[in-house]
Amino acid sequence: MAEYLSLFIRSVFIENMALSFFLGMCTLLAISKKIEAAIGLGIAVVAVLTITVPVNNLLYTYLLSEGALAWTGIESMKTVDLSFLGLLSYIGVIAAIVQILEMVLDRYMPALYNTLGVFLPLITVNCAILGASLFMVERDYVFGESLVYGIGAGVGWALAIVALAGIREKLKYSDMPQGLRGLGGAFMIVGLMSLGFMSFGGMNL
Amino acid sequence: MAEKTKDILFKPVVENNPIALQILGICSALAVTSQLSVSLVMCLALTTVTAFSNFFVSLVRNFIPGNIRIIVQMTIIASLVIVVDQVLKAVAYDVSKQLSVFVGLIITNCIVMGRAEAYAMKNPPVASFLDGVGNGLGYSVILIVLAVIRELFGSGSLLGIQILPVVSTGGWYVPNGLLLLPPSAFFLIGGFIWILRTFKTDQVEAPDFELAPNTRAEVV
Repeated sequence: MAEYLSLFIRSVFIENMALSFFLGMCTLLAISKKIEAAIGLGIAVVAVLTITVPVNNLLYTYLLSEGALAWTGIESMKTVDLSFLGLLSYIGVIAAIVQILEMVLDRYMPALYNTLGVFLPLITVNCAILGASLFMVERDYVFGESLVYGIGAGVGWALAIVALAGIREKLKYSDMPQGLRGLGGAFMIVGLMSLGFMSFGGMNL
Repeated sequence: MAEKTKDILFKPVVENNPIALQILGICSALAVTSQLSVSLVMCLALTTVTAFSNFFVSLVRNFIPGNIRIIVQMTIIASLVIVVDQVLKAVAYDVSKQLSVFVGLIITNCIVMGRAEAYAMKNPPVASFLDGVGNGLGYSVILIVLAVIRELFGSGSLLGIQILPVVSTGGWYVPNGLLLLPPSAFFLIGGFIWILRTFKTDQVEAPDFELAPNTRAEVV
């Protein structure tokens, strides 16, 4: 249990998707002007990551990795290594799950669906989602770990975008140099935030 | 025709740069620029993928039903990235280890998707191919500039060759460790955008609020 907790904390703070690995930067910068929008997108990312990372983990363990097809019982299948198909499968799974999630939310939770609105389809091309699956494979997480990692990575990313949106909302009243207004300033803020998050780096869990 | 080709190829490099002006593909620009050699490989990989994905998307553009076009584009891009990934693993294994997940993340790099959607769906294959190369070059220019600054001033070397003799080996240059850390890339790109917008004032974003003159804090 303790190891799951430390994995969760590590994925939220120390290995923060947005501020330590710079994944999902495009959306992070584009949709962080308003806090409401940022919260909506943050929730959507947490939901999608929580589902896709474990599903991709199962896919990798039982279909793609070397010797994974041994469960079929066919002799010639035991040495098949399909891991080169990984990228294609993960992105397919992500696109499919986002689509399904969209339909389910539309049917059963229209309120949440309306809040998330355009953000759901956008998530398919958010690099944080694909990145989490790739990190999961690279670090050989087992199923339980991948679930915790998915949640943690999502929460970390949501934390980053909400914090950034909060700072940017305050900052629009400030008198910045012409060229730094908007995007340029946002870059500097994310840089400072990322510098702050680096202080978690020394923590040993 | 020649004039137009030049336009397609070089406009994205300066006037309509994908990173600085269209704000696409920033993730990898930040993460892989602490060493010049790694960024060069990344640029090559991305330019190849963008050019060929544009080409193939444009080839099939008249046969794709509108509502599944994203999935078709995704499949084309993912297949190309797999090819690049496998080639890198075979030819330059060390670099591919350093790039780790970022080669795979070319799939979700907004430049590739953005160009496929915005240009290749409407234009013939050859022009799309050139547009892909052009945008790849625009991306490469920024990446290389960032990587040169970060590696030269962060560790005093370029491509692993010592240019500025650092103090630890008896030289005079004290390396700026901050430049090797990830956040420095943000400051550099932020500054880059600042410089660009100082010269191209039409890019400046309109302020949400105008400060009335008498509300300015007086210098005490």
